[in-house]
Amino acid sequence: MAILRNKLRPFSVACFVGLAGFVVLAACLGYGQTKNTCLDCHSALPDSLGVSQEKFSHDIHAQMGLTCASCHGGDPTSDDPDKAMSRKAGWKGKIDRKQIPELCGSCHSDPAYIRRFNPSLRTDQLGQYHTSVHGKRLAAGDTKVAVCTDCHSVHDLRAPSDPRSTVNPVNVANTCARCHADASYMKEYSIPTDQFAKYSTSVHHQALTVRGDLSAPTCTTCHGNHGAAPPGVDRVENVCSNCHTFQAQMYEKSSHKEAFQSASLPGCVVCHSNHGIVHPTDAKLGAGPEGVCMRCHTPGDSCDQARVALLSGLSRLDEAIKSADQVLHVAESSGMEVSEARLGQDQARDSLTKARVTIHSFRQDLVDQDIQAGLKIAAQNLQAGKAAMVERNHRRLGLGISLIAVGIVLAGLWLYIKKIES
Amino acid sequence: MSPLRDVRNWLDQRLGWQDLIAPLRKKTVPLHRLSYWYFLGGITLFLFGIQVVTGILLLLYYRPGASEAFESVQYIMTRVQFGWLIRSIHSWSANLMIFTAFAHMFSVLFLKAYRKPRELTWVSGVILLFLVMGFGFSGYLLPWNTLAFFATKVGTEITGQVPIVGKPMMIFLRGGEEVTGATLSRFFGFHVAVLPGVATLLILLHLLLVQRLGISVPPKLERQWTANPSAKREMKFFPNFMLREMMAWYVALGVLGALAAVFPWNLGVKADPFVPAPAGIKPEWYFLFMFQTLKLIPSKVWFIDGDVLGVLAFGLVGLLWLLLPFFESDQPSRTKGWITGLGVFALAYMAGMSVYGYLAK
Repeated sequence: MAILRNKLRPFSVACFVGLAGFVVLAACLGYGQTKNTCLDCHSALPDSLGVSQEKFSHDIHAQMGLTCASCHGGDPTSDDPDKAMSRKAGWKGKIDRKQIPELCGSCHSDPAYIRRFNPSLRTDQLGQYHTSVHGKRLAAGDTKVAVCTDCHSVHDLRAPSDPRSTVNPVNVANTCARCHADASYMKEYSIPTDQFAKYSTSVHHQALTVRGDLSAPTCTTCHGNHGAAPPGVDRVENVCSNCHTFQAQMYEKSSHKEAFQSASLPGCVVCHSNHGIVHPTDAKLGAGPEGVCMRCHTPGDSCDQARVALLSGLSRLDEAIKSADQVLHVAESSGMEVSEARLGQDQARDSLTKARVTIHSFRQDLVDQDIQAGLKIAAQNLQAGKAAMVERNHRRLGLGISLIAVGIVLAGLWLYIKKIES
Repeated sequence: MSPLRDVRNWLDQRLGWQDLIAPLRKKTVPLHRLSYWYFLGGITLFLFGIQVVTGILLLLYYRPGASEAFESVQYIMTRVQFGWLIRSIHSWSANLMIFTAFAHMFSVLFLKAYRKPRELTWVSGVILLFLVMGFGFSGYLLPWNTLAFFATKVGTEITGQVPIVGKPMMIFLRGGEEVTGATLSRFFGFHVAVLPGVATLLILLHLLLVQRLGISVPPKLERQWTANPSAKREMKFFPNFMLREMMAWYVALGVLGALAAVFPWNLGVKADPFVPAPAGIKPEWYFLFMFQTLKLIPSKVWFIDGDVLGVLAFGLVGLLWLLLPFFESDQPSRTKGWITGLGVFALAYMAGMSVYGYLAK
């Protein structure tokens, strides 16, 4: 029995030591946790004051370790509501709308503080906000304008890269539209409220939402985000040129630049509109309802003649590419190998695209260079397609002759068999 | 004396030519209402010959290697005189050869030509069929186009499912973990050296056995002819049957030419290992029934992985198929035709699964 006890003793000691270690470890871990009693009550309160634990858990600030007290002050460790929400403990209560940008900025404008969480996050949002129409109007006492929480949400604020964030590129337009598409809310500002409706029909919206191209422009791309403001007539091309570089370079050197400036016309917007930009077609150079040149120019003048020449060049190249495509398609369907000419067609299409970009120079000689290059390639491809069709016909003729020869041999063999077996 | 007879005499004096071809002169072919099935083996041999000739011609321009293979086939099809014809005939002939090899095998099965003493002829024939499918699998990758690349990827992955030896076998076939230029080099080697060498030896053995054992007659007819020898009808192999076989070859040649001229074999798009596999990718038609079966097997059957089970099952069925003649009873009373039933089931299963696989998305 003594032997048994002796054997058990080290085992018991090990159990006790293990248990004690576990208790100490759990206590240490618990010590590091900050107690947050705010949610104990506020998760049970109605909407205006209610914040559920689940909702707050999605907030990037909560995930970074911040608590209710980080913005609202107070003592979240106290179970007594009077102590937790005492002014003495620094409790601020509901933040006044006017104070929100400054409150957010107290951290977000502090590079040293922000660097601890995300070194690449900008810290100029508050400064930019002060320069925005929203910021200026807020400073002037208009509390209807957007403050940080209107766009970014509150208590469930997610990182912009999160697809569920209200400021994710895909959701930005909807977020802006919450105010800017609300005619009754925007009534006193005397600005249009159809921007979102127009944007929804635009090529930019399609690229962003249908093609999933997150670099496609949304409201903030052109207007800025924290410093949101209309670009201004003389700065429109600077906005567009951020993406449409070549068009901007051409336009910059063109006669239209000076003409539009002197007439206070907003550059690119004159021909392409702004929020409702649709995919441009060659019809823009036409004299029909989609045409834009004749809105300013007089029929028959030198500019009108240049317009006709430009349009004719583009149409010729477009037709040449389509003709070559058609022949190559038939040749390909017949099993002919025309992949090189197919590749060449892409080059011809590139020339057409280049010519359409060069239109922004409004110089016929430059556009003609691209048109001629494209026409030459399209002609070569058409020739390759026609040659393939001739080759196809030769093959079929050859097949016919070969089959006749095979038939003659078969008949000869059959007659020979009959002869030797008769 | 004609020049042809001169040559024959010259050869006869030196090689004993007459003695060599004497068996051919004596060789006969049974004549009955199913005799036309005897042409299938010859047509398969003819198509193999076409493959050898067109394959050698393609070798004049083909360059194995991930950066050159596709371009060289493109060059053959667009720049080389009649290159398109040679490549198309090679591709079409490969498919027709696999078809006629299958048809030949099933005709042998249904005519019960595999019975004693022709078991070894059957075994060599089935191995040849496997080799022909190996030719198809290895040759399919050589143009290095997208479909070929991913079909090879899927095919070698299936090989990797075999327990224990699967993974090393897959790495051996691929020349590494992935399908790369190294795989192409290996497949090229198998396609133009290993498989033709083995296949030629087996074809010689197969033909030797056919020559040695003569051509089989269906059992029912054999019994009738044994009972009444005067009812036996035969045709001389040379020249009567040979001339008819030549007619069949000419018909095959005409069909091949028509297919190559009207439906030239498509080259596709060059393989890009970094793009995702095209949706609904399928293997060539002769692997489709196996592919579809593997797709239908649940991922887990009891505790065995579904793919592993499928591969093992096909391996076992292949082995049993190879040994099929040895399950046939020698006693006519016990030959109730269960092997014929099995053949009908196998044919229906392969055809049904292939059609299902073709239509399935």
